[in-house]
Amino acid sequence: MNKKRGTLLRLCKYLMRYKWGLLLAVLLTVGSNLFALVGPELSGRAIDAIQPGKGLVQMEVVRYFAGRMALFYVASSVMDYLLNVLMIAISRRITYQMRKDIFTRLADMPVGYFDTHATGDIISRISYDTDTINASLSSDLVQIFASVITIVVSLYKMLTIQASLVLVFLVTVPLSILITRRITQKTHPLFRLRSRKLGELNGFVEEMISGQKTLKAYNQEENTLDELDDINGQAVEAYYQSEYQTAAMGPSVNFIHNLSLTLISVFGTMLYMGGKMTVGDISSFVLYSRKFSGPIREIADIFNELQSSVAAAERVFRIIDEPVEPADRADARVLAGVQGRVQLEHVSFGYTPERTVLKDFSLEARPGQLIAIVGPTGAGKTTLINLLMRFYDPQSGVIRVDGQEIPGLTRSSLRLAWSMVLQDTWLFYGTIAENIAYGRPGATREEIEAAARAAHIHNFITRLPQGYDTILTDDAANISKGQKQLLTIARAMLMDSPMLILDEATSNVDTRTEMVVQQAMRELMQGKTCFVVAHRLSTVRSADRILVVREGNVVESGTHPELMARKGFYWELYQAQFV
Amino acid sequence: MHLIVRYVRPYFKRMGLGLTIKLLGTVMDLLLPYILAHIIDDITPLQDMGLVVRWGLVMLACSFLAIAGNVIANRMAAWVARETTRRLRHDLFRKISYLSNRQIDGFTVPSLISRMTTDTYNIHRMVGMMQRIGIRAPILVVGGVAVTITLDPVLALVLTCMLPVILCIVYLVSRRSIPLFDGLQRSVDKMVRVVRENASGVRVIKALSRSEGEKERFEGVNRQVMRDENRANMVMAFSKPAMNLTLNLGLVLVVLVGAHRVNSGLCGPGVITAFLTYFTIILNAMMSVTRVLTMWSKALASAERIETVLAAPDELTVQTLPARDETAHIVFENVNFSYNHKENNLEGINFTLNRGESLGIIGPTGSGKSTLAGLLMRFYDVDSGSIRVNGRDVRSWDLKALRDCFGVVFQNDILFKKSIGENIRIGRNLSMERLEQAAKDAQAAFFVEETGGMDASLEARGANLSGGQKQRLLIARALAGRPEVLILDDSSSALDYQTDARLRRTIHSEYGDTTTVIIAQRVSSVKNCGRILVLEEGKMLGFGTHRELMESCRLYREISRLQMGEGEAV
Repeated sequence: MNKKRGTLLRLCKYLMRYKWGLLLAVLLTVGSNLFALVGPELSGRAIDAIQPGKGLVQMEVVRYFAGRMALFYVASSVMDYLLNVLMIAISRRITYQMRKDIFTRLADMPVGYFDTHATGDIISRISYDTDTINASLSSDLVQIFASVITIVVSLYKMLTIQASLVLVFLVTVPLSILITRRITQKTHPLFRLRSRKLGELNGFVEEMISGQKTLKAYNQEENTLDELDDINGQAVEAYYQSEYQTAAMGPSVNFIHNLSLTLISVFGTMLYMGGKMTVGDISSFVLYSRKFSGPIREIADIFNELQSSVAAAERVFRIIDEPVEPADRADARVLAGVQGRVQLEHVSFGYTPERTVLKDFSLEARPGQLIAIVGPTGAGKTTLINLLMRFYDPQSGVIRVDGQEIPGLTRSSLRLAWSMVLQDTWLFYGTIAENIAYGRPGATREEIEAAARAAHIHNFITRLPQGYDTILTDDAANISKGQKQLLTIARAMLMDSPMLILDEATSNVDTRTEMVVQQAMRELMQGKTCFVVAHRLSTVRSADRILVVREGNVVESGTHPELMARKGFYWELYQAQFV
Repeated sequence: MHLIVRYVRPYFKRMGLGLTIKLLGTVMDLLLPYILAHIIDDITPLQDMGLVVRWGLVMLACSFLAIAGNVIANRMAAWVARETTRRLRHDLFRKISYLSNRQIDGFTVPSLISRMTTDTYNIHRMVGMMQRIGIRAPILVVGGVAVTITLDPVLALVLTCMLPVILCIVYLVSRRSIPLFDGLQRSVDKMVRVVRENASGVRVIKALSRSEGEKERFEGVNRQVMRDENRANMVMAFSKPAMNLTLNLGLVLVVLVGAHRVNSGLCGPGVITAFLTYFTIILNAMMSVTRVLTMWSKALASAERIETVLAAPDELTVQTLPARDETAHIVFENVNFSYNHKENNLEGINFTLNRGESLGIIGPTGSGKSTLAGLLMRFYDVDSGSIRVNGRDVRSWDLKALRDCFGVVFQNDILFKKSIGENIRIGRNLSMERLEQAAKDAQAAFFVEETGGMDASLEARGANLSGGQKQRLLIARALAGRPEVLILDDSSSALDYQTDARLRRTIHSEYGDTTTVIIAQRVSSVKNCGRILVLEEGKMLGFGTHRELMESCRLYREISRLQMGEGEAV
């Protein structure tokens, strides 16, 4: 409950930036509703003028009141329109701000966050959840004001017309609150069940249709259909149950309307006979009573909607509250004039406290040396990269670059001292030139072309119809996997950082491109301190030091001849792969 | 539309009953203002309290009938919607299960998923809503107009004049807003793309210290979304006040025209009071019709999308083709195949495999390796030539019997959100011992034990396993049925070399009768196969043993040299 209040308070903070706009909105709401509420009163007056009957109708009076009605209704609609426009303007700014806050937070979050959170979930927060908040904020808040005003004013009007007749609502209002609460209490869990069952069905369908080829290969069409029938049955049944209960909602509200109408008719007529009311009064009273009972149900609806938007806001705020990468130390220096000496001293690290991945690990790479990391596929080989780039910090031990401990350096200068070419190439939606220049946004076209030439991709690019301005689309269907890899190499070439991290794996690349990629990588490595996740014998043999990783632990290290002589795990690997 | 009618038809009787009840309930709603007018105009002059109370009781009875009728009818409507959707989903899923892969490629998997989920959901909602509001609203409009005509035809005319104005507003607003909402959706997609790229490229972005640049990029798309949201909503903001205004100006007209008619003695003043009430009822009903209208058009589009799937012709029918008397287990004879019927994806494929032999297929991405396996299992039909298993053309096999011969692991194959045991068994009638033996043979026993045994459950797509573990489970699945033919498509890429080697040895010793087809990128995975097929751009560049190919096939030599290093691979 307290948490809910906190979330509401934070939502209000977003709103308060536009307090003057909101104040104007409230004024417009009051105005528009007041004008609309004058309508029944005026029509009652007009009917009173008509009441005397044939030949006696006071046409002047009728025309006067009709003119007034038209005027007020026009004014009310204009204000309503202005109000809508204003609320759209405010709420779009709020959601804009919210999305911006989320993204700014995301951009500053440590790598670990993305390793542990599903992208789909992040996206649904930044699009779907902010939308939910948007929709409910703008309409609901105004709606609450409008409803309150309508209720108060129509109650007042009815009291002035005939106070005793208002007693009718002492019966109907509590009754309607009671009924709607009973129904929502029953339906609320049913609706939750219904979305859960639908989610299960969708999950099942997605899984099975994605795996249809496998299911066919094992003749599982009929079995899967049986499973679908079961899950589908539960989904439609849950839907039915919730519908079954809500089916009473609309008619019940209508029933209360009708009950009020009946009671008003009977007692109103009695009062008329007693000379306490005119026919016009009854007509106005009936119209006001409709306006009066409408919002009572609406308020219940609005509270439901507000609940869903509070839930959405909670999800949004949870992202915004996520800890970001800690700021650089106040005395952090900029790493410059890098030689490329990298030292790890007694480094221990684990992604979780229970499981240590690196234990008391030490290593020194002198400028220009090549360190190869080999081992079976799986976690572990990327750990070293994570530590060198300071995506994660070790639990104990020190990492130095050129003799300086890396926590004492600014992250950006440390990271820019490295070039990184990973196995899963990352390109974004944009031109080829933008993608190559990503690490150095100020690079000239000549520099970009030079880097592309060095990466052996220049000729390919110039053969494309738009050349360097070709847009790489989402699926990047216009370019092969090997070419993507060459582009990321060109990116690294352009950076020309003194140290390099390279993932050699190039499966799924055709042989010709593979040769080119290999050549380009070799050129990229020239004169740099390199950490290479190695898959090729030539790399391993020329390495100054080989780290053998197994199940996340560095189990052996040394040069190729040393490791071969030891006849340990490396020797086994070598036998399995190359002999 | 046809589709919906076809699926709702069996429940016509029940729907008819429900609608009749609904009609009665709605008529009760309409009767109340009529009685009110009657009380005011006819009873009050009599000054008879008893009569007023009696009519009051009639109104009360009407109210009760209205609620009872509407609730019962709504529940019946929900029942019809449930049964319709249940059957529709069943039929659609069955149809999707039996589509040929060429058809599935045509529809695409994501599109089929959304037809099965979003589209059936739209129809479910629509069938329910149409029976509730879609029927009630027209009854209210038609009934209301009818009652008002009996009350006073001229005033009724004023009212009916307002309806086209409202329809016009709806039409104009939706015509302008639909393209704007389309545009908005596109900019939202752009925004989502930036977020997605940032999640997938976080390491690169951090490494290049481009977080600030990314913030600017997001700022751009975020602004675009805001602008488009604004434009679309501004148009929508117009519709509600405009409709309200039309409604209210109609009321004014009724009062004015009514005054003239009362003055000329053509009707009584009580009629005007009743009229104002009817007017509100009718126009509210119109408003709800416009709400139903968007639902309706959405559901129609959905129905169309579902219908195209249901109407897809049955492909892959069993043909009668003469069997050959041959000893070979698998024969490819002059096979040509093309996905798009333009350029060939496989061309002139010829080879023979005997029972128990192993075939390795190697070649660059897109050379047709997986296609070849797909043809063998008849996921697609050849364009020309023939593929035979046990001397019978695959097109003449009963599809189930044919596929029973195979154990297969596809490239990027899928693990389901079930227990490990169920993932290996995958619905087949296999004993627990068999499953365990298969896991052992696939070098998976060790981690199955560690994960919690055969009953341990997997997350969707086996997310709680490493790449190598997933592949070993998939291989266990393929081995569990002791297949005649084992196909492993790029399914050992995440295994380390030792495990890979052990696996090959086990298959060789324990599944000696099984004909094996191994598709791989690595020479080391296929070099021990009895036969190796080298593919490039759909053509056979070589067929033979490792030693033969090292001499005769340039491409094979190149691949070997690249993967194994100079001079090593002899």
